Amino acid sequence: MNAEHRTAHGPAATGPRAVTDDELPVVTGVSVAAPNGLGTEDFWTATRKGVSGLGPITRFDASSYPVRVAGEIDGFEAREHIPSRLLPATDRATQLSLATTEWALHDADLDPAAFEEFAGSVVTANAVGGVEFIQRELQSLWSKGPRYVTAYMSYAWFYGVNTGQVSIRHQLKGPSGVVVTGQVGGIDALAQARRRLRSGQRFVVAGGADAPVCPYGLTAAMTAGNLSTGADPATAYAPFDGSARGHVPGEGSAMMIVEPLGAARERGARNIYGAITGYGSTFDPHPATGQPPTLARAARIALDDAGLAPQDIGAVFADGAAEAGADRAEAAAIVDLFGPGRVPVALPKTMTGRMYGAGAAADVVSALLAIRDGEIPPAVGTGGLAEELGLDLVLGGPRPAALDHVLVLARGDGGFNSAAVVSRVS
Amino acid sequence: MLPPRRVVITGIGVVAPRGIGVKNFWETLTSGRSATRNITAFDATGFRSRIAAECDFRPEENGLTEEQAQRMSRSSQFAHVAAREALEQSGLEVTDRVAARMGVALGSAVGSVRELDRAYRDISGDGASWELTPGKAGPYLADYNTPSSLVREIAWLTGAQGPAAMISAGCTSGLDSVGYACDILREGSADVVIAGATDAPITPITVACFDAIKATSANNADPGHASRPFDRDRDGFVLGEGAAVFVLETAEHAHARGAQVIAEVAAFAARCNAHHMTALRPDGREMSAAIDSALATARIAPEAIDYINAHGSGTKQNDRHETAAYKRSLGDAARTTPVSSIKSVIGHSLGAIGSIELAACALAIEHGVIPPTANLHTPDPDCDLDYVPLEAREQRVDVALSVGSGFGGFQSAAVLVKEGANR
Repeated sequence: MNAEHRTAHGPAATGPRAVTDDELPVVTGVSVAAPNGLGTEDFWTATRKGVSGLGPITRFDASSYPVRVAGEIDGFEAREHIPSRLLPATDRATQLSLATTEWALHDADLDPAAFEEFAGSVVTANAVGGVEFIQRELQSLWSKGPRYVTAYMSYAWFYGVNTGQVSIRHQLKGPSGVVVTGQVGGIDALAQARRRLRSGQRFVVAGGADAPVCPYGLTAAMTAGNLSTGADPATAYAPFDGSARGHVPGEGSAMMIVEPLGAARERGARNIYGAITGYGSTFDPHPATGQPPTLARAARIALDDAGLAPQDIGAVFADGAAEAGADRAEAAAIVDLFGPGRVPVALPKTMTGRMYGAGAAADVVSALLAIRDGEIPPAVGTGGLAEELGLDLVLGGPRPAALDHVLVLARGDGGFNSAAVVSRVS
Repeated sequence: MLPPRRVVITGIGVVAPRGIGVKNFWETLTSGRSATRNITAFDATGFRSRIAAECDFRPEENGLTEEQAQRMSRSSQFAHVAAREALEQSGLEVTDRVAARMGVALGSAVGSVRELDRAYRDISGDGASWELTPGKAGPYLADYNTPSSLVREIAWLTGAQGPAAMISAGCTSGLDSVGYACDILREGSADVVIAGATDAPITPITVACFDAIKATSANNADPGHASRPFDRDRDGFVLGEGAAVFVLETAEHAHARGAQVIAEVAAFAARCNAHHMTALRPDGREMSAAIDSALATARIAPEAIDYINAHGSGTKQNDRHETAAYKRSLGDAARTTPVSSIKSVIGHSLGAIGSIELAACALAIEHGVIPPTANLHTPDPDCDLDYVPLEAREQRVDVALSVGSGFGGFQSAAVLVKEGANR
């Protein structure tokens, strides 16, 4: 945020910045659709209690696949949430995006029609587009012929679709966009939302969505070699554990309404969940260079951006790749920043699976709710190596904690790292 | 407050139909001869539109190893080759210090759709069942399903370790990725960004979906004249493929290392029409708002624009929509400002085209030549501006505006300015 204060490398912590600035980007509405809860309340209730949404794959016959467990959302009937004319024209990820956007706007009590024509923007993240949609169209193409490909294919699969549909549904005509950065996208979308507020937008819908649990999504993801083949949903996704053998994919969407604090207060916004105070993003060097990965640097940039020192951070929401090397690297980054066992570490995604474009956005929502409720949610089904790795992983139940600032970490396949700091607004 | 950082282009690389490398690209554009032809990438029998502007691109002739050619999708290969050319031209030495402050912003509308299309046939037995056979998937299918893998390849090629993102807003992706790069340079998150866009959409699933909405030209009998933006007889766009990549730097960084500046990216702006995923309202209101915003940011008066590189896709609705937007934003100056569409020559490469068109703007500034709109023989009475028909025009260009419009309602505009020009 304070570009002029930024140094080229490493931290330049100058103590907490006053979070009373009218221009501070604050989150005034949130919504999550996740495997362990449809809607913010269900999601957060389950997350606090340590209720997992992972289970055997039911959306298709996965009996011949080595991957058997995923995070599926039960009970999401798209026709109950979006206009019927959109049903044949949308992938499940788009349907989840539309539903969560509507709920987030409702939560913020914000009606886009009440603002000037170009006041509202949309920035969404996704990792795999409408993969189930393209699979259906590919099946038509190759089993029946090109004339059986539908008109919807021209816009329902591509990565820009969720932003486009949300923009149309809510008449959001401001500068909008789409970031595709794998699992870190939810944070990058928020960063982009913050930039749009700085350049004068009145409010931004920001978040992410993905629905990779379909045959093509799973078949493709499996070739990366980092999906868990564990058959027991309770232990299949085990970051920071000796049994870690890859991640479980999940479907979901998380959306936030972001506004400048002054304007939010002026309109009498009923929720001010917290502020986006820091952001950092880096890319890892090619493994063959022997240079270290850069997650810790992304986190330092975010802390520096927020004007905070590590001791100001009350909790870290970790990435949790659930691969031995990647877990060690992440633990090392957290220990490097905070010292061994010095900061509580949360991993609510052990209850949802990795939701790709939605994952980091859902973690930011969880971090904001943890600040609001003074409670860090537990990780489930894992944690055996945490102590050895120097992590104070919250396990067994929610941990009470007065939180002012929370750091959210995310990594994406290939070398993406993003970090966000969210802060209590006094 | 410090004054806002200026963003400059110090390197350009292009892969385009009949235009691999900047020199070939510029010769093709200024020739005014269309590179569109019958599709050779696959047997297009049975498709409505059987024409495209293809790149005669062989990875081994463009410096890619066999392993890279196997690993990277075609769009990724295009981006790689264009990024390498841009980096070479920039003369940038990527030290550890530069790498840490160097980002990547790559655009693409459809990522590795060609490879997804091909792989699907293998893992499904040509669509025989909904469930698939994972054992038949090649080793890189995860990469093809996640276009962020294209960003990884550019980061690995260049050594970039700063902020990196794939920007994917359909057919404005190639302008939006440059806009994103400008954001992170101006805010101080990076000193250098490798920015651009790539797409390789000439594959059955893409051709079929544009057939379904009749967006593409069906002028199969005369492919060389099928892409005819602003012409009365236009009947849709012609699919293309390619990439363009820039080395973008803060002016401060470029000057400190003594780099030669090709042009300044003076502004980027975007709006959404919030109307329909594919249809446009004829008034051009939101595209005009994006243009107005870009001009205001750049502090450029409409009369000062020397050249507009149009979206000019050659669909009936686009060319009218766009003409209306220019009139709305430029007023009387719209009548006297040259506008051209290079899609007439190299087709519409979806997400890539925004960056390719921006490259054309930079080259127009560098050479003082405006590339023509090929095949524009019979003007549409509804499109009544100066579209630089048929032949390139020698004219000094200090200020160029590039405009894009895409499915999803995305409308984007960017302004390039000659370095040192009097504004």
